[in-house]
Amino acid sequence: MNAIFSLVAVIVIIAAAFLGASIPRLDFLFGVVFPYAAITVFLAGIIYRVIKWSASPVPFHIPTVAGQQKSLPWIKDSPLESPHNTWGVIGRMALEILFFRSLFRNTKMEMKSGPKLVYGSSKYLWLGAIAFHWSMLIIVLRHLRLFMQPIPSFVLGLDSLDGFFQVGLPGLYITDVLILIALSYLILRRLTVRRIRYFSLASDYFPLFLLFSIAGTGVLMRYFYRIDLVNVKELAVGLFSFHPAVPQGTGVLFYVHLFLVCTLLAYFPFSKLMHMPGIFLSPTRNLANNSRMKRHVNTWNHPVRVHTYEEYEDEFREKMREAGLPLDKE
Amino acid sequence: MAGPKLKPEELASKIKYNLPPNGWMDQPVEFREGTFNYSGNPKNVEYLQLPNPRKWQPTDPDWQLPENWKEIILEGLRDRLHRFRSLQIFMDICVRCGACADKCHFFIGSGDPKNMPVMRAELLRAVYRKDFTLAGKIFGKYAGARELTLDVVKEWFYYFYQCTQCRRCSVFCPYGIDTAEITLLVRELLSLIGVNIDWIVTPVANSFRTGNHLGIQPHGFKDSIDFAVDELESITGVKVEAPINKKGAEILFITPSADYFGSPHYYTLLGYLALFHEIGLDYTWSTYASEGGNFGSFLSHDMMKSLNAKMYAEARRLGVKWILGGECGHMWRVVHQYMNTLNGPADFLEEPVSPVTGTKFGNARSTKMVHICEFTADLIKNGKIKLDKSRNDNRRVTFHDSCNPARALGLIEEPRFIIRNACNNFFEMPENTIKEQTFCCGSGAGLGTDENLEMRMRGGLPRANAVKFVKEKHGVNFLGCICAIDKATLPPLMEYWVGGVDVGGVHELVGNALIMKGEKERTTDLRGDPLHIEGNRHV
Ligand code: HEM
Ligand code: SF4
Ligand code: SF4
Repeated sequence: MNAIFSLVAVIVIIAAAFLGASIPRLDFLFGVVFPYAAITVFLAGIIYRVIKWSASPVPFHIPTVAGQQKSLPWIKDSPLESPHNTWGVIGRMALEILFFRSLFRNTKMEMKSGPKLVYGSSKYLWLGAIAFHWSMLIIVLRHLRLFMQPIPSFVLGLDSLDGFFQVGLPGLYITDVLILIALSYLILRRLTVRRIRYFSLASDYFPLFLLFSIAGTGVLMRYFYRIDLVNVKELAVGLFSFHPAVPQGTGVLFYVHLFLVCTLLAYFPFSKLMHMPGIFLSPTRNLANNSRMKRHVNTWNHPVRVHTYEEYEDEFREKMREAGLPLDKE
Repeated sequence: MAGPKLKPEELASKIKYNLPPNGWMDQPVEFREGTFNYSGNPKNVEYLQLPNPRKWQPTDPDWQLPENWKEIILEGLRDRLHRFRSLQIFMDICVRCGACADKCHFFIGSGDPKNMPVMRAELLRAVYRKDFTLAGKIFGKYAGARELTLDVVKEWFYYFYQCTQCRRCSVFCPYGIDTAEITLLVRELLSLIGVNIDWIVTPVANSFRTGNHLGIQPHGFKDSIDFAVDELESITGVKVEAPINKKGAEILFITPSADYFGSPHYYTLLGYLALFHEIGLDYTWSTYASEGGNFGSFLSHDMMKSLNAKMYAEARRLGVKWILGGECGHMWRVVHQYMNTLNGPADFLEEPVSPVTGTKFGNARSTKMVHICEFTADLIKNGKIKLDKSRNDNRRVTFHDSCNPARALGLIEEPRFIIRNACNNFFEMPENTIKEQTFCCGSGAGLGTDENLEMRMRGGLPRANAVKFVKEKHGVNFLGCICAIDKATLPPLMEYWVGGVDVGGVHELVGNALIMKGEKERTTDLRGDPLHIEGNRHV
């Protein structure tokens, strides 16, 4: 149900772009207005949400540690799983962000008769997630060659690395294949693993379908329905340098692709995709395990009712005296 | 204690990971006997000045909530979103990848899909979306939003009191989303409308009044320490001193009250007494701060602070240099991650230095409280105590990492070092069940009640199963741990699922092995069991 809802939503978006971009006079809308609007919402939205998050203080020092603390000098600590200083935290965060360290830990529980519980290693989600995210990052970076003149050399390098296998014409990018496989896996996993489907919302399927159709239309343009790249570059460089111009004859497919990207950008700040900035702010990961070494200050640490020693002794003085316990007030 | 009505095999055969056909929002909660906790005693709710004291039970159709309960909760949620970045982030960034799903012992043992950590959090998130996000306001159910109703409150009560705040899920989540944090904050919200459980409210009230959760008054405290001193003398022939409320002592020692009133905790207490005597420690017990455990940390941050305040207050009053803390799990989470923030700075104390070895405990230099395992490991390493491992030869030992020492402190090697030096037979459980991946006893965070026994046995199954594995493989007969709740709740768990495994503290093993000056020849361990039993070896 949630999946169908999302699928329909993405189809409607594609259809709208298809129809809209077929009308010549709407070129400017799809080629200029929507991209600028989407980028604005994307940036402003992310900034707004991150500021809002940061406005809430971190009252307590609550890292979840996954390794030996630094305590006695002869006990070997694990600086990346239980970092005790900023360098360690940077290392831990880098592992999380670049390699999804925690997801790599994933196991799969099975109950055999007996009952006997076994925990097998389960790396498919990690593999799918890594393949998708890294492919996407590389694809986004490769796109810079459309926006920039001259093309930065690292983009050209990335390009030739990605096209390393030199299969077909135009050369096949490895990341194009990977991202489609990875997204298909993530979609199928959501649809077929019943437990995952149970808690999946429309907003979990929607970005997957959207990303898949972005990658799909991209692949169609590159390998099957060639479009005029000179035109695209003209448009992109124009947008990038704030001198937008809409070249003629770029093809409807391109506008569908572009509109889907605009949708993704505009949707981003209101969705779970905010895990990208969010992971940097997660207090269980970005704090060092030095809770007893350094005092953490809570800005709203309000007073609470306490039971003082004086009150305690007042209540129990007689009994304490009889038991021979020392008293503050005789 | 009687076990649940079902036999272990029956219970196990009933664990099914089936899912209801309709969506989770349409599946109402069912309060089944044996799987939930009774409500807070109104007398103690009132004593603690918490809202809405009254007689009620979760099975009542009408929970007698205040008229404006919904407003109170939503306002409370808004306030907490502003005060806790953790909550704000955890509400917004979960991608529902499901990595946490089968990591929770309550899900593993119950098969109830709402015990998947992601679902537990979704119970709050759905309400959050409805009232605090644009998408939720516009698209409602299609954006995963849900109206806050009485049924939702009942569901919260059931599932947020079916989380032991163990944080195992947080280790596996790619963003570290910490369900324990969400659980505590929802319990705070529930408490605002007078929805509490008794095994939190009553221990909190006791701790507030008498200093310990069992409600033991100062003379009772002294009696039990005196009794332990006598008992230790009859086992070892050595008479030890156990000063109480002594001003000017160098160190204040605080441990969970169960250590001096519960079994098998008691044998760990004997171990402490023997150890402190042997090294000539200048220390004191306190009747006012006679509880290390902090049941307040199961109810709210404020209550946590209120109870925790006694530790520093007493250290200041007695004029000690620093504080030493006994074996306890959640107590150590509070001490390590909260105490200094809540009730510090502890500038009236000194940076802890072991008076025996001269070791500086730099890792505790600000909070000024040292874990007994850090302290003892240092003694052993420096050769300051003599241990006769063979006195623990009647034990084939495995070690259960308590959730909080493992995942909040990273206190992993210290207890293992002590165990290896105190006994000859030590065997680890499978790696997915220990250290940072350790499984909860299933009864922490206030859930260790008789009425909740079935759910406890379910939640404890992963732990018990791992013990059973090493029992069958290595003949393990002793489950060591460093937590008072473990010591109280693992014995019935072992009896139910495993059989033939005793539970005890690491310092019980130390006490057994410790060679004391002037001691008589020991014929029994601290439990009074003969030292070497043939036939209790490898089976
Ligand atoms: C700092 C950058 C990022 C990090 C560290 C990161 C990390 C992760 C991780 C660990 C997961 C869970 C595994 C999974 O379900 O695939 C995930 C899921 C996901 N991420 Fe990212 N991500 C980042 C940026 C992005 C961006 C920029 C997008 C899209 C525009 C994105 C889209 C997604 C989607 C759609 C999912 C859910 C996949 C599913 O439903 O199965 N991520 N991310
Ligand atoms: S592992 Fe984290 S992100 Fe994934 S479903 Fe669980 S809480 Fe959400
Ligand atoms: S904190 Fe522990 S009990 Fe609570 S949801 Fe996570 S794994 Fe389950």
